[in-house]
Amino acid sequence: MGQFILRRFGIMLLTALCLTFIVFFLTNLPPNLEKLAKTQGNMRMTDEQVENWLANRGYLQPMPVKYGQWLGILPGWVIEGTDGKLRGKCLRRDTPPEAAPRFCGVLQGDWGWSTRFRDEVATIVFKRLSLTGWLMLAVMCVMVPGALILGVLAGMKEGSRLDRTVSTLSIATTATPEYVSGVIFIAVFASSAVGLKWFKGTATSAMDDITFANFTLPVVTIALYGMGYIARMTRASMAEVMTTQYIRTARLKGVSFPAIVMRHALRNALIAPFTVIMLQFPWLLNGVVIVETLFNYKGFGWTLVQAASNNDIELLLGLSVVAVFVVLVTQLISDIGYVLLNPRIRIS
Amino acid sequence: MESLTWTGAAGPFLNPLLAVSAAVTVIAFLAEAVLGVLDKDRRVILDREGAALLSGGARGLASLALLGGAAGCLAAVAGYLIAGLVLEGPDKGIIGWLALRFLPVWVALGVLYSVSFTFRRRLGLYGKLFDSPIGMIGFGIVMFWLFTAVFADMIATHDPLAQVSGMKNKLPGTPVRGAGPGDFAWYLLGGDNLARDVFSRMVMGAREVLKIAPAATAFAFMVGVTLGLPAAYFGGRLDTTLSFLSNLVLAFPVILLFYLLVTPEIRAAGAEVPLWGGRVWTTSIPNVLAAVLFAFPIVFFVTLWNSRFRVRPGLRNVLVGLTVVLGLWMYSGLAFNADPAGVFGMDPNLLNVFVSVVFVNSPTVFRIVRGIALDIKTRDYIAAAQTRGERPWYIMLWEILPNARGPLIVDFCLRIGYTTILLGTLGFFGLGVSPESPDWGSTINDGRKLLSIYPHPALPPALALMSLVLGLNLLADGLREESLRD
Repeated sequence: MGQFILRRFGIMLLTALCLTFIVFFLTNLPPNLEKLAKTQGNMRMTDEQVENWLANRGYLQPMPVKYGQWLGILPGWVIEGTDGKLRGKCLRRDTPPEAAPRFCGVLQGDWGWSTRFRDEVATIVFKRLSLTGWLMLAVMCVMVPGALILGVLAGMKEGSRLDRTVSTLSIATTATPEYVSGVIFIAVFASSAVGLKWFKGTATSAMDDITFANFTLPVVTIALYGMGYIARMTRASMAEVMTTQYIRTARLKGVSFPAIVMRHALRNALIAPFTVIMLQFPWLLNGVVIVETLFNYKGFGWTLVQAASNNDIELLLGLSVVAVFVVLVTQLISDIGYVLLNPRIRIS
Repeated sequence: MESLTWTGAAGPFLNPLLAVSAAVTVIAFLAEAVLGVLDKDRRVILDREGAALLSGGARGLASLALLGGAAGCLAAVAGYLIAGLVLEGPDKGIIGWLALRFLPVWVALGVLYSVSFTFRRRLGLYGKLFDSPIGMIGFGIVMFWLFTAVFADMIATHDPLAQVSGMKNKLPGTPVRGAGPGDFAWYLLGGDNLARDVFSRMVMGAREVLKIAPAATAFAFMVGVTLGLPAAYFGGRLDTTLSFLSNLVLAFPVILLFYLLVTPEIRAAGAEVPLWGGRVWTTSIPNVLAAVLFAFPIVFFVTLWNSRFRVRPGLRNVLVGLTVVLGLWMYSGLAFNADPAGVFGMDPNLLNVFVSVVFVNSPTVFRIVRGIALDIKTRDYIAAAQTRGERPWYIMLWEILPNARGPLIVDFCLRIGYTTILLGTLGFFGLGVSPESPDWGSTINDGRKLLSIYPHPALPPALALMSLVLGLNLLADGLREESLRD
């Protein structure tokens, strides 16, 4: 088991390295750098000015060198610019140049500087991630119990009308992407045209103060998309358990139907949905980006969109490391959890 | 000219019917569900001749009410449609006019269903679809949008790009200002924030979406199958490398990947390579990806023919030659935009979107194909084929692949739906498509800015996208059910 986890961590590290290098490569392509220079400096810069701007800020070094500096295995650049100002990757406004460290990369715990938000990447990522954390927590609290209850209700009597309705509804929710359900929810529950106005159509105020009115729609929008899938998995697992011999024995012994479901079937039926729930996290990440953009909730997803559309290189790298980490760790947990829950499977 | 109402002249009769039936349906359904959970099963009673019968009871009554309510709802909807075809002018109402505009689709659907249903026993898996109600409904929705895309010119009431002054954000059913005698007199589903007709844009959007989604899915399948089969069959280092690469793509947040691949800047990055006829090809990332991904179908078909007809060189040479000539001709047009005859070609914007969608989809297909092939590889008939000395590629393409077709067809339907969602996501973030384009994702994105005041421009494309994906999912479900049956 220990060796298995160690190997998985090795693969995880390799994946993160490859992925950040791809992001690094794509964001450092010349046209993207030119866009960055123009949005940061001045829209009407000449080609020569762009060149100078980029050279002064160390963007025109060879790609592997820059990547090494970001990782912290090569010393950070210090360039005296054409305008006479001394700039360096490791120089910050508050420390004098002599006191600055030579290496300042991820290995030294320095995630770099965001050009879009003009702040430390680590600070931004931490702040935004905690905002998204609240959203995810609320989504999990709604989605998991809801999906499990629906799945169990549908699966305990396969083929009944309740089963068919729940199955069709769960297909319908998986067919409704977040940007569709979000738009429908806002139109119905928050617009002046329909007039219900139960909730707010934006979640900006939820960043300071979460209330029922401003947080319900984003949470329900994300939860609904994942719910159908988990409910279908739970239903399949429950239906399978209900056909086993020991359930029939209990039934023939005269145990009442609710007691069979609650005491005998439920626990065995919940093994399979566990892995599915863990694997939903990467999907949620995707949904979070859409929903945060739609409801203007400035969390992780919103920041990702901002960083990507402004070619904010170091912030994008930080965000993709977090994203990869979430995807791979949930995969690991689901694998380990599956083995722990199901004694028939062994990792060799 | 006065505005249209939703239900027109038939409304006063049909609206109460619909309301009552809907209420009965909902209440009866809830009652039945609750009684079902409480397990108040019907008791068996014996009638006078001693035959066993089921007692009616409260649950039977609820079932009956449910059927009645549903029938009432259906009758009301049918009434709206028929009233739309029969009544005149403004009396039709919005629903009636919509029913009339979609007339070519209704006719095509009717013909398709009657022909397919009559010959369903001779049509293999497609015919079996008509045994499953879920599959039939799903197929119906998918074909509805397919026919809408085909007949879009006949259905649309206005030019999807034309802006009519004074029609900005107007409500559904508003008469068009200054409409001539030849023009359609109303904006059936209202105007958007640039005073264009929402209905026509939705109809034209179906064409945009159905032009890309199935083709992109097919390409992703070619890539996934061509790489997944050898990965599973040969295993070893090939399998490790390919699996690692596919996991790498899958670990990317999809939206970040789109932002990186579909920005207009990335198309300009790269060296310029002169081609024949004075054309120039840029080695930008999307172009290189296109050159790689579009080569897979040619490789696939050449291997397919070669592995099967290796022992009949005459036939093999004809088939391989045809594939190579046709394939390279299309390849030169699609991947390099340098078709000597000028038949095939792709707008660079479209190519960019297409390639990114194929790129995002193929690792998942690869994983599915690999999983199925790993399972089939252990069967006896594969061992038999190996014993009689068949080549590896023959076994992969003519033994494993045909036996994996059931799950692959089901996944193909699901994946078209997923690709539609991805395309919508691209439009939603305003990536890759021109701002004028009527595709559903960008229309939703346009409409969401004023959503809390004017929801009507964003809702029709949202519902259209949802119903198409729902139809594909139901179709996949029906196919899965029917393919499991044999």
